[in-house]
Amino acid sequence: MEILIALAIGVLGGSGVWLLLRPRTFQVIVGLSLLSYAVNLFIFSMGKMRTGVAPILQKGEAGSLIFYDDPLPQALVLTAIVIGFATTALFLVVMLASRGLTGTDHVDGRERDQ
Amino acid sequence: MSGLMDHLAILPIVLPLLAGALMIMLGDQRRSLNGAIGLVSMAAMLVMAVLLLRQADAVGGSGLPAAVYRLGDWPASFGIVLVVDRLTALMLLLAAILGLAALTFSLARWHRIGAHFQPLVQFQLMGLNGAFLTGDLFNLFVFFEVMLAASYGLALHGSGAARVRAGLHYIAINLAASLLFLIAASLIYGVSGTLNMADLAARIPSLTGPDRMLLEVGAAILGIVFLVKAGMWPLGFWLPGTYAAASPPAAALLSILSKVGIYAVLRLWLLLFSGEAGESAGFGGTWLLFGGILTIGFGTFAVLATQDMSRLAGASVLVSSGTLLAAIGTGQVGVTSGALMYMVSSVLAIAAFFLVIDLAERGREVGADVLAVSLEAFGEGDDEEPTEGEEIGIAIPATMAILGISFMACALLLAGLPPFSGFLAKFAILSPLLGSSDAGRAVPTGTWVLVAALIISGLATLVAMTRTGINTFWGSLDDKHLRVRVIELAPVALLLSLCIGLTVLAGPAMRYMESTAQALHQPGGYVRGVLSPTNGGNGS
Repeated sequence: MEILIALAIGVLGGSGVWLLLRPRTFQVIVGLSLLSYAVNLFIFSMGKMRTGVAPILQKGEAGSLIFYDDPLPQALVLTAIVIGFATTALFLVVMLASRGLTGTDHVDGRERDQ
Repeated sequence: MSGLMDHLAILPIVLPLLAGALMIMLGDQRRSLNGAIGLVSMAAMLVMAVLLLRQADAVGGSGLPAAVYRLGDWPASFGIVLVVDRLTALMLLLAAILGLAALTFSLARWHRIGAHFQPLVQFQLMGLNGAFLTGDLFNLFVFFEVMLAASYGLALHGSGAARVRAGLHYIAINLAASLLFLIAASLIYGVSGTLNMADLAARIPSLTGPDRMLLEVGAAILGIVFLVKAGMWPLGFWLPGTYAAASPPAAALLSILSKVGIYAVLRLWLLLFSGEAGESAGFGGTWLLFGGILTIGFGTFAVLATQDMSRLAGASVLVSSGTLLAAIGTGQVGVTSGALMYMVSSVLAIAAFFLVIDLAERGREVGADVLAVSLEAFGEGDDEEPTEGEEIGIAIPATMAILGISFMACALLLAGLPPFSGFLAKFAILSPLLGSSDAGRAVPTGTWVLVAALIISGLATLVAMTRTGINTFWGSLDDKHLRVRVIELAPVALLLSLCIGLTVLAGPAMRYMESTAQALHQPGGYVRGVLSPTNGGNGS
């Protein structure tokens, strides 16, 4: 499972960085989204890779990471998803405003040769 | 202590949140009511900041934080804590002063050119205060996002092609930086098992082998995030453009935003990698020193190269960030206290400068100073002017003279010339740098480079400011067109008189900075104070 997660993070992150460096605003925003998926998976994997264990304690049992999954990274991922969603939406609005005001989807607001 | 005083530490976060929410519910049309709410909230924040400052200063030399506020009363390693110590209180005060000045200034006309300026200022202050107060790494991320989300709105306030273009770059780079913040925070959590800053500092000495390496990787990524905010070369190319494009009151407020990066570096670097950190002590210090020197260099060239006054102010932000980073990077207690003094002085001066620029440029034809810069970079001209043909204010006698004197005061402050606090602050940085050679060892080359960079950047700022001042105030300015209202001059006067106050009361101020630096360099007290189980979460 580790290799699968590592590959997923790598592919998503690599594609995200590549798209982030492209000159079109749409590519930039897709790149940012892909990067945030990669980062979310990365945070998730920081809680150690486990299957079949719950992040919630059972009544009467001692809390130990041997029997339970670490709930903190999951909480962090949730926060990160919410914040990432909001900021991406904001970026989308600014992107559309830029397209409307400048008449081009280049990140600098003008084509290179003009 | 009264019940409210027990919760003083969280009020700077709650108050602007409530004020901002109230303004949104009231609607954007009721401007004067919103303005009044905003001013009351800012004034209350100022009072709270002063109270917290007095509390923090009353603690004495032990380095213990004045107040540890536990949210939900969970112990520090499980729950989120807010920590008030000298540095936090100082930053809170600075933010409140800037907020008050920017808000007052905007009430003259700038708040009318777009929607929701007033609530955005409140949320900006909430994010800033939260970032200064929190003692938890992930909570710091959340407050960074609050602060940034508001700053996106403020940077774009007034719209127009130039602002949207600059805002697009600003948002993109900050979104990327936020993702790096998440990677760093989770990496540090994965290795150390804690996100509490004090707990983290206590655990670092016991980390070994690959864990230590991963932690340093995490810390380095975190450093990149903060340095992007602070505008260190080569991470700060976004800064002058964004600041120049933003509306003046927003830019004045943004000038403390770059200092949040500096604050985070000061707080975390000195906390995690102080002399008490075992093998990792001093990790990354050389990077800060030389990165800072390069930033000063880049800022110096930018200051000399700009023809536009707003970009000149943006470049001054770079110089001041570079100076601070390099001074912190030397890792000496004396230099850090000088750097704190410099931070206060330069933030006030740059904010005043942004406001003066707006007032002075009002009397000039659009594009009068755009000699080498193409008109196109200036935006499409009039689309960002507030309301066409409206009477901006009555002519105050001797407006020109007041503006000229304010401009000169800004120039002296930024260049670091006597008699103002800019000079004292630079002297406080330079003197311990060179003073350490008295102990018999030679001053290292890096220090000489830093000293040279500081002095040359001061000279360059002076040259550029003089040139701009001559062009503006002795040149084409038409006195008849210059209409300035009292509430626009008052914030400038407030900021500059605070700088003068800082000069007159340099003794007590410097003592405060010295004890702040002392506590930052020996974080044992901070760590003990936060982790202590008896520290009941309320007040001192």
